[in-house]
Amino acid sequence: MRVAPKEGVAVAAAATDTRNGFRWGLLVAGVLGFCLPLTAAVLPEDRADALYHAYSGGGLDVSGPSLLARKQLGKYTSLFGNYYVDSISSASIDVVTTASPYTEYREEKTVGGDFLYEKTLFNLSMTNSEESDFNANSAAFGISHSMFGDLTTISLGYGQGWDTIRKRADKAGNIDPNFKKKADRQRFRLGLSQVLSKNSLIDLNYELVTDEGYLNNPYRSVRYLDGNGAYQLQAEQYPNTRTSHALGLKALYYLPYRAVVHGEVRGFIDTWGIDALIGEIGYIHPLGKAWILEASYRYYTQSRANFYSDLFTGKAPSLDDCPYCYRARDKELSTYYSHGIGLGASYHFARQGWGFIDKGSLNVKYNYMQFNYQDFSDLRAKGLTPGSEPLYSFSAYVLRLFVSIWY
Amino acid sequence: MRRKLRPSLRSALLFSLVAGTLAGCSGIEPWVKPYERANLADPIMSFSRDPVADSYVNHVYEAREGARGAEGGGGGGCGCN
Repeated sequence: MRVAPKEGVAVAAAATDTRNGFRWGLLVAGVLGFCLPLTAAVLPEDRADALYHAYSGGGLDVSGPSLLARKQLGKYTSLFGNYYVDSISSASIDVVTTASPYTEYREEKTVGGDFLYEKTLFNLSMTNSEESDFNANSAAFGISHSMFGDLTTISLGYGQGWDTIRKRADKAGNIDPNFKKKADRQRFRLGLSQVLSKNSLIDLNYELVTDEGYLNNPYRSVRYLDGNGAYQLQAEQYPNTRTSHALGLKALYYLPYRAVVHGEVRGFIDTWGIDALIGEIGYIHPLGKAWILEASYRYYTQSRANFYSDLFTGKAPSLDDCPYCYRARDKELSTYYSHGIGLGASYHFARQGWGFIDKGSLNVKYNYMQFNYQDFSDLRAKGLTPGSEPLYSFSAYVLRLFVSIWY
Repeated sequence: MRRKLRPSLRSALLFSLVAGTLAGCSGIEPWVKPYERANLADPIMSFSRDPVADSYVNHVYEAREGARGAEGGGGGGCGCN
């Protein structure tokens, strides 16, 4: 349930807790649409997955189902559909210090297909995401080609997204009819998958993402010193373009006793001044023929955006009066690092087939993450001089329970 | 005395070099033979065994982190069939 806004600042909610990731179907279209077998042009297997997902951390809870089904039509075509729901309840640090708790419901639908022509695989997907104050549509196209005796696969991809951003006007959740903004997004992907030896594979990916339009969160505020020893709040002001480059390398190595070690290194830069580095290492260990156990560790670090500050020195003029007076206090644009641990177990049933099912699996995956912010203060601490509050940190977990069947 | 090559000659040489390189590629012998790909075809030898689960966790990372992109694709195995 939403409650009244605080301090006259925008209404119910720092919605970027979910925006950017949860709200943008391009990622889903990309990940699902690009789930192609590496190093050979073959259609994906016919399978269906029913997933329950839950995220909890920093006052934000998100949960819901995700259903994915894929089926071949003839020898050269495979179609898939995904239905996904987020039920969101947020009392995050932004919400409790500058806005008001809220609940939200998001529904996302993706359809797509893969089409095989000799050693080339084409894929196409479209996604629609709807919630009360945010609508996103996207489309993605990809092509991959296998060569050199199926030891090498190159892939290209392009995706475009169109977002419509609205704003709630009151605690009842009514939409402000005068607020309607647009943002367009484009993604360009380039990939190379390579068999290095009979026990090792690598996957090299580059991606350029460019956004244009209203990139703010309409609910979030920055804070500035008012000259009287206190701080006041002011709406964030973002540039209306952002372009980023990311380059990632993944590797898999098959151990002599049927187990796999995997690793990933990824670097990121963007025109907002953020540099980020991601590293992950993991281990997969089958137990008998029915069980697969896995564990991983992930590290993430980034520098802040050029226009980010925990506390500005005075009120900024509007962008109409000062076109480059950008300001942000989004903790995802601050300097921070995180550690993450992942654990998983899969049990494979009906391995000899059962009815129309070729095989199936029951799976549980759990991730624990700890985020430590270096220049984002915890404003829940009261009675302190602005700028002397303790730094914010929080932990979160991600739970995925799912059943998969192949047919 | 060194003389600069004419642009048309330079283009012809460049084209020949690229064409020769590509033609050479067609003769590359796979250094991992099909009968040596059993380990690569094992389902655990996959960058993304479970697309729906990986899609969700990538959602979470994109929401919680400033970085985005190049997460990589999916499948794995050698596709020996």
